[in-house]
Amino acid sequence: MKQFDVIVIGGGHAGADAAHAAARMGVNTALVTLSRGDLGVMSCNPAIGGLGKGHLVREIDALDGVMGVVADKAGIQFRLLNRRKGPAVQGPRAQADRKIYRREMLALTETQEKLTIVEGEAADFIMNDDRVCGVVLADGAELASNSVILTTGTFLRGVIHIGPEQSQGGRMGDKPSVKLAERIEEFGLPLGRLKTGTPPRLDGRTIKWDLLDAQPGDDDPVQFSFLSEGVSAPQVTCGITHTNEKTHQIIRDNLDKSAMYGGHIEGVGPRYCPSIEDKIVRFADKTSHQIFLEPEGADDHTVYPNGISTSLPVEVQEDYVHSIFGLEDAVILQPGYAIEYDYVDPRALSRTLEVKTVPGLYLAGQINGTTGYEEAAAQGLVAGLNTALAAQGRDQITFSRTDSYIGVMIDDLVTRGVAEPYRMFTSRAEFRLALRADNADQRLTPLGIELGLVGEHRKKVFEGKMGLLHEARARISDKAYTPTQLKTAGLSVNLDGTKRSGVDLLSYPDFTFETLIGLEPTLADIEPAIQEQISRDALYHNYIERQKRDVEAMKRDEGQKIPVDFAFSHVEGLSNELKGKLERVRPETLGQAGRIDGMTPAALTLLLAKIRQASRKRAAK
Amino acid sequence: MDTIFALATAQGKAGVAVVRISGPSAFLACKTLCGAVPEPRKSALRRLTASDGVLLDQALVLAFKTGHSFTGEDVVELHLHGSVAIVRAVLAELGAMDGLRMAEAGEFTRRALENYQLDLAQIEGLSDLIEAESEAQRRQAIRVFEGKLGDKAEDWRRDLIRAAALIEATIDFADEEVPVDVMPEVSELLIKVEISLLEEAEGAKIAERIREGFEVAIIGAPNSGKSTLLNRLAGREAAITSEYAGTTRDVIEVRMDLNGLPVTLLDTAGLRDTDDPIEGIGIDRAVERATKADLRVFLLSDEPLSLEPSDEDIVLRGKADVTSGAMPGISGKTGEGVSTLVDRISDILSERASGVKTAIRERHRVAIEQGIAGITAAKRSLDLGGEFSDLAAEDIRSVVRSLDSLVGRVDVEHLLDEIFSSFCIGK
Repeated sequence: MKQFDVIVIGGGHAGADAAHAAARMGVNTALVTLSRGDLGVMSCNPAIGGLGKGHLVREIDALDGVMGVVADKAGIQFRLLNRRKGPAVQGPRAQADRKIYRREMLALTETQEKLTIVEGEAADFIMNDDRVCGVVLADGAELASNSVILTTGTFLRGVIHIGPEQSQGGRMGDKPSVKLAERIEEFGLPLGRLKTGTPPRLDGRTIKWDLLDAQPGDDDPVQFSFLSEGVSAPQVTCGITHTNEKTHQIIRDNLDKSAMYGGHIEGVGPRYCPSIEDKIVRFADKTSHQIFLEPEGADDHTVYPNGISTSLPVEVQEDYVHSIFGLEDAVILQPGYAIEYDYVDPRALSRTLEVKTVPGLYLAGQINGTTGYEEAAAQGLVAGLNTALAAQGRDQITFSRTDSYIGVMIDDLVTRGVAEPYRMFTSRAEFRLALRADNADQRLTPLGIELGLVGEHRKKVFEGKMGLLHEARARISDKAYTPTQLKTAGLSVNLDGTKRSGVDLLSYPDFTFETLIGLEPTLADIEPAIQEQISRDALYHNYIERQKRDVEAMKRDEGQKIPVDFAFSHVEGLSNELKGKLERVRPETLGQAGRIDGMTPAALTLLLAKIRQASRKRAAK
Repeated sequence: MDTIFALATAQGKAGVAVVRISGPSAFLACKTLCGAVPEPRKSALRRLTASDGVLLDQALVLAFKTGHSFTGEDVVELHLHGSVAIVRAVLAELGAMDGLRMAEAGEFTRRALENYQLDLAQIEGLSDLIEAESEAQRRQAIRVFEGKLGDKAEDWRRDLIRAAALIEATIDFADEEVPVDVMPEVSELLIKVEISLLEEAEGAKIAERIREGFEVAIIGAPNSGKSTLLNRLAGREAAITSEYAGTTRDVIEVRMDLNGLPVTLLDTAGLRDTDDPIEGIGIDRAVERATKADLRVFLLSDEPLSLEPSDEDIVLRGKADVTSGAMPGISGKTGEGVSTLVDRISDILSERASGVKTAIRERHRVAIEQGIAGITAAKRSLDLGGEFSDLAAEDIRSVVRSLDSLVGRVDVEHLLDEIFSSFCIGK
């Protein structure tokens, strides 16, 4: 029997970053996938990043993960969303070339030390009592391991709907792994049902591009990785068109044939990504909806029409597509479909993503009720890191809402569960002014270095940058200017006699680094990237200072651990409803308990008293 | 073991006053007062009658069995109408019962500790818990106001969620078809909330006066009949009155109920030029207190006064029994004009008291003032333009955090609900 430290099942985005993280940590890792060609497949929209999601990619990158690096190589159009808004809410996004993405992901995976790609179908787990300690493949081969990360997306009871037609499968063309699903069913994990949809894919050669509005990429592409130094793939332009009254009429007339409106689907779909049927029913007064026509690759004719996902029958899809301006002759290469699948209620997971009731089994990605490549990869990284730490006999690591979007996401998932496919938004991060895409490395790379998750190259680059940053910051903080000096330089400040340092001045919204150089020409030799970083840190300085108390309070509550076997149901004075919620979530810290829906300060205080009592009893034993 | 009882809520006038009874005779006491003990942990409306059959109050009554109560003993809670008189009567009635006595300070908590055999950590936790009851009191207060503060908070909440959601929509869904310029609506919503909060903050100040009492100063030259008037009003010899001018050298306070309003009457030293240093200090104090008072009653005589009455102040001819003139007179000695004065004072103060809105606690006022500060900051950030919408969003969050205890926690899910129901998101 082959022996590994960590086995990752599934080579999607969660699986890739999980396997890479474990391998970077130096433990023997196997990545089990049906085919090595499946690595890095983008089953939905071929785009990476966006608002909130771009932050996740930057954080993955700051921990030396693979998603950002690969997306930068595959990027055929880069746009920084919210470019005109504050840097805290800017999100890098890229259209990716599917083929390049897969190629680059495979290349990185094949060359990663300690990482073995095993082609095969995972059919069952090897169990030692209730502990998962290996995988049995469909051909009977057995792989032993310390722990297993399952990243199999929508394979649990996955059903594909095209109009009234249904087929079993996790993704178009994939067969569902029945045996493994049955084994998971035996674990008795709490399951829920979700759905998601895709639009029909179009043949780009049949689209009248010259009639349509174009959406080009940014002139100065902002990439994901702190290591990337430029775009390498050829760049493309996307097109924009709109649905019209005729489109809407066709859809209204055929609503009963839609899998969703015909009552074939029970799963809950994402509100931020509704099907075209949904848009037309729910926003009946809108006479037009925007569609982005996104090429799937630089040398690929397939076009992803973003905005018209559907579960209508093929012939209706043909009709409504042809009713759209510029798409009159468009050929559908693959019809749109809706997919329904089971997910595991993530409240069954600890913050390392280990299933609480099944030691050794970790879940990451869409199986936990999330959507999106970025959310999946970030979870993969957390699971990969923690399985490696466990294999090394080291303390595991959890991320916090105060340090990262990764922490926000994991906390949301394990504390509140999901009601619709979970997607990251910047508004989910209460400390988003501090958790920016631009400072992801400053927030997380030191931790990665400490853990051994970050390789030598990135460490060197990061330390170099930090050296420059500290030096520049010191130079700017050293100098202080009197109001009179500033006035002489043509700046309007209160003549209050207070001296202001360069950093103080940069915290004024209208004060730029150029103005500072005007005051102090010697600062012009500071690298533009460093200038920008310092300006951004300064801009939010006052707000972040004010939030510090909230951060401290959260950290204090996070520091109050709740014993794993704590009996919430025995706490006198808690309502039955709260007891039920606490038992279901089994919060690991007081902070997490406080974020459970319906928790009151009184209940929390009672809980604290009981926890302290319990830990004292334990200590006395 | 004695059965103990006490007022569990704060002293004084309130919407509801809870009297808690704990111990072996608690249920018996309850039965004596209101006929039948309600089913444990179910509330019941009961008429409380005294032993002589007089109706004391109609109250919500709750009973908790041993092991299922705060103290661990049989507990009965009487949720009375929060009148000082009702509470006094009920406590007196309980005190007259066998085996019942007034609880000492902290005795309920101590019993809770003893019965659960709590350790120090729990005592600490419990003291926090008691503090945290403010959360429960918040809910109670809302119920008491029959949803008035609740309605208002609900308006603020809705407006703030809408404002935050509008900004978040332009931030998180920049790529979608959301209206570009949401800022005018955001500003409008913020101003609306701000105006309402400002009214509440003003009202809360008056509410504080209502809780602590309005101060009414009686002002006049020496020997103009101030102390006699005070004594007449108070119905007892609070100030020493004599024939000699300058008897009242310090400020004398008498707290009384004037047509339902709590009023502290201040009898002050007569205002005149004096060489007596002690009297001089008294006069300085008189002027100082009178200036700060909510209302002044001037008793005029022939002597000029160093303090001018303001528009709302009451000006009367003192010692009406021995003086005469066109000005309405008053005499503490005969009682002439006294009831007119009482009516005038209470009219003026009632008018002011009607300015009280729904926020009445210090905690409310602090939260509201922080909220106002947050709105000011948010408006400033909005003025800087869309480039700074992330700062405006943070400012609005800070408003919501400040008003958290009033409007309840606003979660990002609430913002997303608003966004998804308003805009067709999803390309």
